[in-house]
Amino acid sequence: MNAYLDFEKPVAELDGKIEELRRLSADDATVNVADEIQRLEAKSAQALRDIYARLTPWQKTQVARHPARPHFFDYVKTLVDEFTPLAGDRGYGDDNAIVGGLGRMRGRPVVVMGHEKGHDTKSRLKHNFGMAMPEGYRKAVRLMGLAEQFGLPVVSLVDTAGAFPGVGAEERGQAEAIARSTEKCLSLSVPMVSVIIGEGGSGGAVAIATANTVLMLEHSVYSVISPEACSSILWRSPDKAQDAANAMKVTAQDLLGLKVIDGIIPEPLGGAHRDPMKMIHETGTAIDIALKMLSGRDGNTLKRERREKFLSIGRTLAA
Amino acid sequence: MNWITNFVRPKIKGLFTARSDTPDNLWRKCANCGEMVFHRDLAQAQNVCTHCDYHMKVLPKERFDALFDGAVYDLLAAPQAPADPLRFRDEKKYVDRLKDARTKTGQTDAVVSARGLIGGVPSVVAVQNFAFMGGSLGMAAGEAIIAAAEEALASHAPLIVFAAAGGARMQEGILSLMQMPRTTVAVQMLREARLPYIVVLTDPTTGGVTASYAMLGDVHIAEPGALIGFAGPRVIEQTIRERLPDGFQRAEYLRDHGMVDLVVHRHAMKETLARILRMLMEGSAHGADASMVDDAALLPVPPATAITIGRAPQP
Repeated sequence: MNAYLDFEKPVAELDGKIEELRRLSADDATVNVADEIQRLEAKSAQALRDIYARLTPWQKTQVARHPARPHFFDYVKTLVDEFTPLAGDRGYGDDNAIVGGLGRMRGRPVVVMGHEKGHDTKSRLKHNFGMAMPEGYRKAVRLMGLAEQFGLPVVSLVDTAGAFPGVGAEERGQAEAIARSTEKCLSLSVPMVSVIIGEGGSGGAVAIATANTVLMLEHSVYSVISPEACSSILWRSPDKAQDAANAMKVTAQDLLGLKVIDGIIPEPLGGAHRDPMKMIHETGTAIDIALKMLSGRDGNTLKRERREKFLSIGRTLAA
Repeated sequence: MNWITNFVRPKIKGLFTARSDTPDNLWRKCANCGEMVFHRDLAQAQNVCTHCDYHMKVLPKERFDALFDGAVYDLLAAPQAPADPLRFRDEKKYVDRLKDARTKTGQTDAVVSARGLIGGVPSVVAVQNFAFMGGSLGMAAGEAIIAAAEEALASHAPLIVFAAAGGARMQEGILSLMQMPRTTVAVQMLREARLPYIVVLTDPTTGGVTASYAMLGDVHIAEPGALIGFAGPRVIEQTIRERLPDGFQRAEYLRDHGMVDLVVHRHAMKETLARILRMLMEGSAHGADASMVDDAALLPVPPATAITIGRAPQP
């Protein structure tokens, strides 16, 4: 059962009617509602199509944060065989907001890592809603080092509102941990592919998304600051998030246009949460293609191309 | 305010009123101790309060004057960068905010760089001016850091960055975020060339700047009392709903938590930098090649070879 987003109201109403008719026909077999149900289902699908064809940046932000959207472990469960989680930063502790390990994607051994937000209260608390501590970024650095040592490609799935802002995080050097992680991405001599599967929140996302190939799901968002925070800083009011999302250009389509990302993975009708399995398989295929395209390049080339790609961002835009 | 200041555009205004070095007010109040300091004394003390040692903000020109031998240096040209590619507007258009900041500071963007001698060592220095939109890191500032690193590479000189920023330039959206990896590439180029990269963290340095080039130095120096962190104190207070401990995120706190090597008084900055640079550059000149280790040479000698070496020469 999907939780409807507020802009999906027409769909929710139609689906409600369908539900009601089904109950009616179950209670009373003499009522034939099959035709009516069919008609309403077509109408509902059309309404969904219409809404999703014209999502605003703010609406996309809500889709990207939908609680039923597939998260890191959903992808790993389906796409990664022999997944072997690896824990700890070897200095302080283990972070559960950034998780990862070894595994096989379509037979090929890889290091896979990413943000996990959790799917219910208990797991959300465990994973700190996908907001990592410095230990998370230091673990990421360690996992990337492992990949490099044994010549394995790195796949990262990005889904965070941002790195956690707290006393402990600051005390243990959140900024330094993020900076080192970004630096590690840029120094890798193995292929790295990143997919923004939900929210790409600022430095906390960049730290594990500075890859040879950066892809975004169709309705995911990637931004320098959350629309809410941008609104309270620039508009000095918390309720201009919609305007902030528009102004900042946070959508996959905007980012492809600005040449910040390399491709978009289409989502099922009505968003990834309406057909998670389809989304996960599509993503698996896209990662596989990206890795194939990077294979055969030597370490220096991979490193040089990654750097050149980031250096060229913005340089081709009109002054 | 009169009708000229109200209605004449800033550029034209500049033609009529020559920029004066004398402040409107001859006395400045210290934000820390509240004492009044005479402007000439303050300038003499590099904007350090003569009563309480509070380090006030300084402009790039004042940094350069204090840092380079004989106050002699060449400014580097500001690199080209697209202005307002997102056509951003909040309550005000971004282009107008930029125009205001340019008029106010006389700079094209937040970072200004120069080349000169520090204690005899040819060096490149980039200074982030907090007065320019909070020193924020946008495309132009990112390009300036990259250009300063390239200048250091070309002239085989160390790079010193005086960081000061609230964080990323939100009005450039994702393109400002991309300055984090872009400036990191610049740092890596220096590392690979074994050129010293020294960061001086000044008040305040937070956000995306701290989470990229400002925390990747070979040596981290901070000015006393400087606020340094990833998240700003207000954001943290709102998140955890607790009052923050005294001295939290200050330079001394970062030193005590292992993020900063030295907290250095502004009056000792030039001497400290010069000393470090001379040693590192001497090492870089003489020792770098010798310290390049060929991994293969470290492998144990294969037994066959060992035997050959160990065997007495055949008659």
